[in-house]
Amino acid sequence: MKTNSVLEKIFASGQFAVTSECGPPRGAMPGIVKEKAEHLRGYVDAVNVTDNQTAMVRMSSFAASIILREMGLHPVLQMVTRDRNRIALQSDLIGAYAHDINTVLCLSGDHPHFGDHAMAANVYDMDSVQLVEAVRNMREDGRLQGGAEVENLPRMFIGAAANPFADPFELRVARLAKKIMAGVDFIQTQCIYNLDKFERWMAGIRDRGLHKKVYIMAGVTPMKSEGMAKYMKNKVPGMDVPDEIIKRMAGVPKDKQAREGIDISIESIQRLKEIEGVNGIHLMAIEWEQKVPEIIERAGLYPRPDIV
Amino acid sequence: MITAERKPLDEIASCIEPYNRILLVGCNECVTVCAAGGRKEVAMLSSALQMVSMKQGKTLSVVEMTLERQCDPEYVESLALHIDGVDAVVSMACGCGVQEIARRFGQVRVFPAVNTKFMGASERAGVWAERCQGCGDCLLGLTGGICPIARCSKRLMNGPCGGSGDGKCEISGEVDCAWHLIWERMKALGIEDRYEEVISAKDWRPARGGGPRKIIREDLQ
Repeated sequence: MKTNSVLEKIFASGQFAVTSECGPPRGAMPGIVKEKAEHLRGYVDAVNVTDNQTAMVRMSSFAASIILREMGLHPVLQMVTRDRNRIALQSDLIGAYAHDINTVLCLSGDHPHFGDHAMAANVYDMDSVQLVEAVRNMREDGRLQGGAEVENLPRMFIGAAANPFADPFELRVARLAKKIMAGVDFIQTQCIYNLDKFERWMAGIRDRGLHKKVYIMAGVTPMKSEGMAKYMKNKVPGMDVPDEIIKRMAGVPKDKQAREGIDISIESIQRLKEIEGVNGIHLMAIEWEQKVPEIIERAGLYPRPDIV
Repeated sequence: MITAERKPLDEIASCIEPYNRILLVGCNECVTVCAAGGRKEVAMLSSALQMVSMKQGKTLSVVEMTLERQCDPEYVESLALHIDGVDAVVSMACGCGVQEIARRFGQVRVFPAVNTKFMGASERAGVWAERCQGCGDCLLGLTGGICPIARCSKRLMNGPCGGSGDGKCEISGEVDCAWHLIWERMKALGIEDRYEEVISAKDWRPARGGGPRKIIREDLQ
């Protein structure tokens, strides 16, 4: 084993992994973090803690991850390269590891344009691939970016994102190969609604044997309403929501749409589980954490493995 | 070239409000090409400022000059003949020209009449786009002649990110995805296998990270 990460242990044992997500609040409200995370206890193996998602200022991923760790849960520390240079990123990684946080997700992050701080400077000292490389260098070589060899550098299990639905599609397999080259251990994908396209991407991954080199978690987000489905289709960059999903949501009365959205996500999970090379599900129930237990149970992913 | 856009008239007029005699200086280089601060724009701004003054019941005297290069001390020196006769200078050059005048004529206030924007190229009539951020360590050879630092909104050196759609950047349908362009160019050149080589984190010292920059050429001193 490269790390003490529970996620790595589950993958290494050949079991199917499940992660979910906890978005920290905008104020200093640890109670909200605990409440959201408590819904997930026992139903997922690790919990992503988002890093100022959509470029809106929130409680830091680092601080909220510590709260989760103290609850006995396993946070996946999300880190975007938008806001911090390599000095701050490495410093936070060391700090996180000192708090027994051993799993990280390296991202470039949403552009400030999307948030309520569009006037902020864009840092981007590194990109997500370079952050993967930096975390790997810490773990494998015991070296910081400046070259210094340092004792007790973090031994992080390294994740990154992949979006098979962004353009150009033909480049998306090569892009995963590049992240593997940089040292990524696991991948969580963008929310999958176009399963046919996802299967084409996975076929490309298998053709090159990349599924043997990285653990792939398929991203799933349940829709709450027809309105959310349309928003995801039209407003969220890099999202592919086929018309039949919109039609299906629109085809039921408003008060039944949440139910329909959950059914769609469960059907998706059942199909995704069968795809060779998919090692887990990343369930992003955005501001809907309380529905995670139901989805996980009905998708046949409960109980979770008992890994210490 | 260095591109610029003229500031709003009100802003320029309010800067020179206390003064009666100004020297308005254009530049015959980049700002002429991008139609922001050449001879023609000097004449137009001069008339506009005098109109504003007249409306306020004042008379503004404007000495108009356009230098060959405002960033060059040799040409800026020619302003010495006029500087004693004016209360302030308004420069229509890029920030380099404004600073050169300020450095040479310490006793007079200098106001910029343009906002210096970026190093770019003309895409079509009336449209200029950013092409270079002067990072000091050119990587265009690796990226098919398209700069991800200047042209990717996140300056990703291993892009594209997950927000690229239909060849456009996630921030706007008006912005091309630089990495989409790079990929198409790599394919056209038959070097798409090079895409998978990881470009490691950049050393920003040759860029602004190392503090204000200078080029010193011993052979020319």
